[in-house]
Amino acid sequence: MKTILKGSQLWLMGLAIMVMSCGQSNNQNTGALGSNIAERVYVAPGEHDEFYAFVSGGFSGQLAVHGLPSGRLFRVIPVFSQDPEKAFGYNEETKPMLNTSFGFVPWDDAHHPDLSQTNGEIDGRWCFINANNTPRIARISLSTFETEEIIELPNSAGNHSSSFVTENTEYIVAGTRFSVPVPQQDISINEYKGKFKGAMSFIKVDPNTGRFNLEFQIMMPGFDYDLAHPGRGKSHGWMFFSTYNTEEANTLLEVNASQNDKDFIAAINWKKAEELIANGDFETMNVEYAHNVYDEATHSATSTIKNEVKVIDPSKYPGLVYLLPTPKSPHGCDVDPTGEYIVGSGKLSASLTAHSFTKMLAAIENQKFDGDVYNIPIINYDDVVGGVVQQAGLGPLHTEFDGKGFGYTTFFISSEVVKWKVGTWEVVDRQPTYYSVGHLMIPGGNSRKPFGKYVLAMNKITKDRYLPTGPELCQSAQLYDISGEKMELLLDFPTIGEPHYAAGCPADLIKPNQKKIFRLEDNLHPYAAKSEKEARVERDGNEVHIYMTTIRSHFAPDNIEGVKVGDKVYFHVTNLEQDYDVPHGISMIGANTSELLIMPGQTETFVWKPKRVGVWPFYCTDFCSALHQEMQGYVRVSDKDADVPLSWSLDGE
Amino acid sequence: MKYLITPVLILTLLILFSCGGGGKSKIEQIKQQSTVEPADPYDLWQSNHGVGPVQAFELPAEIDQVLVSSGQEIYESKCTACHKVDKRFIGPAPTGILSRRTPAWIMNMILNPENMVQKDPIAKKLLMEFNGSPMANQNLTNEEARAVLEYFRTL
Repeated sequence: MKTILKGSQLWLMGLAIMVMSCGQSNNQNTGALGSNIAERVYVAPGEHDEFYAFVSGGFSGQLAVHGLPSGRLFRVIPVFSQDPEKAFGYNEETKPMLNTSFGFVPWDDAHHPDLSQTNGEIDGRWCFINANNTPRIARISLSTFETEEIIELPNSAGNHSSSFVTENTEYIVAGTRFSVPVPQQDISINEYKGKFKGAMSFIKVDPNTGRFNLEFQIMMPGFDYDLAHPGRGKSHGWMFFSTYNTEEANTLLEVNASQNDKDFIAAINWKKAEELIANGDFETMNVEYAHNVYDEATHSATSTIKNEVKVIDPSKYPGLVYLLPTPKSPHGCDVDPTGEYIVGSGKLSASLTAHSFTKMLAAIENQKFDGDVYNIPIINYDDVVGGVVQQAGLGPLHTEFDGKGFGYTTFFISSEVVKWKVGTWEVVDRQPTYYSVGHLMIPGGNSRKPFGKYVLAMNKITKDRYLPTGPELCQSAQLYDISGEKMELLLDFPTIGEPHYAAGCPADLIKPNQKKIFRLEDNLHPYAAKSEKEARVERDGNEVHIYMTTIRSHFAPDNIEGVKVGDKVYFHVTNLEQDYDVPHGISMIGANTSELLIMPGQTETFVWKPKRVGVWPFYCTDFCSALHQEMQGYVRVSDKDADVPLSWSLDGE
Repeated sequence: MKYLITPVLILTLLILFSCGGGGKSKIEQIKQQSTVEPADPYDLWQSNHGVGPVQAFELPAEIDQVLVSSGQEIYESKCTACHKVDKRFIGPAPTGILSRRTPAWIMNMILNPENMVQKDPIAKKLLMEFNGSPMANQNLTNEEARAVLEYFRTL
């Protein structure tokens, strides 16, 4: 350096260094704050999350199991769609689960999970979820995380206001979104008004087994029924459904169903309905619906078509249903933990309406009615409203409660979660979501006892939030800490399909009940081979049944001869392992189906129709041990007329 | 410096070669003394009771036939995929096992195989001998493992 720095330049440099160093220390502060948020969602390797979140897969038809606060995805439970990874809907055992009165349906649109309750609190036994398109309700065991039961709903169409659980899991309630002719008939669509009906289904749940029975349906006027929530505490025994299209329009609903200033929340007294059923005040209707049950002992599902349902006409029975006027096509219909307030969110309104259950009972008592619809009384708006959260945002959809006196409502159009105080109806906080939030979930939200530590908001649009993946982007969930006065955004994570609603609860309610293996001695599968001694191959005409076993790391038998082109070959494979987390898979070259993934002690079956002469290999598809790559076998396929005798062996025996 | 290197190198080489030269060096003698082959864990079986829930114990003199038949049933349903009675298969044959292993070792191997193949010298050696096939934990209860052991006494 030839130039000599002048004093003033030195001074400037010193200042620059000081400024820069100040900047650095500021950055460190931000960094520390940032890492504080990271710490609150960080679950260290090997540690467990505090909450389970069951997030609907929407148009994937499935149910995703995440941990909170980490957002980690643990399992996608196949419910209404085939899943080749787990052979659900592909193997012979679970195909009947997807049977309907329309035949086998391989897909659906899963919307609103809800958890079983005892005395108004989450009990960790089952999760329920609805299929929107071909109306069905499913029950998922929270000890096996498998779908155990699916019941189809006759007279229903667009099963959207479902599947909500009453406070002792007496019923799963499922309302139709689309009204349809009941019974179905060949009439003009213009004849909608008066001829189309909306069926509200009440599915009884056996308290011990969880088994469903479609107990009765209440045949409501031909509105669209959007969402529902049960009464609890003082309002236990009532069910509340939001409605829109009370105009009974049958075309261009975005205009024609937005005419009325107020639609309704329908309050149904289901205890009254039970009395009517007991008194014989119902009609028995001939219908057709599938009831599919998976049996854990046989590892197999059966599908039964049923033909009757009890139907109650509410216009004939005063006291069964009341209509609560609610502004502008309400979507969400949510009940606070005390059971006093029923909050309706008019999509086209900026305000939330909280109806008061106490006022509703008084209005009924004093006959404060404002006319009726199809003989169902409409309660005076002013005599039922308990409060209004005024102008809280644009496009209110859904509300959950924290159990500490606050409600949290999503606003779709303004993309935000708004916190407000129950009783004073004042807005106390708002946080943006990214973007276009639908439902939100507080663990235990649909119960008397919410666990108000986090709220999970589920977004439809993610645009710029993640690395782009072509035109189709993931949807997302966002986790907020709600333990303080202000909500704090902690995390956002991608979800499968479309996350509509979710249900959550503390992990401790579910973890201790986990099934780890299926005991071989309890395996009642008719084609099980419970030891290698029982492994064999039998021919019955052109059907060949292979009773196969697996254990680390071989199949028995693994050499099979005497199979012919045109045969229908059943691989019935029993996993002899009795240790936690040791499944085996199997797949056959050219089989027109998925792999099997067989849990310890379980038997599963796939069908293979050999098309060509030759020697064809099969192998284990799940890396099971150090010798997994050795886990393979061959089937020799001979010509139709060949006389190769049927034989099988393992290691020459 | 250049001139120094050569003599040092030569000296070093000389020392090295003289060590390798005729007769046993000290190093080699010491080596020989210290490299006595470690004992074969199989030979020490009588003092090895394995790692796991079962402590060393003595079997009663008389064989309990009721226990034997329940043990045989359990063995046939849970174990035969890998163990044939009198033939090496995926794992070793149990015939005569009580002249090779202690009762507690046998039960610990059944009940606690994951730890046994990591910590127990016999189990570690067996794992190598049997192609690295791990012994599967078939989730037997202590009573069931005891019954299987009783059955093994008859083989």
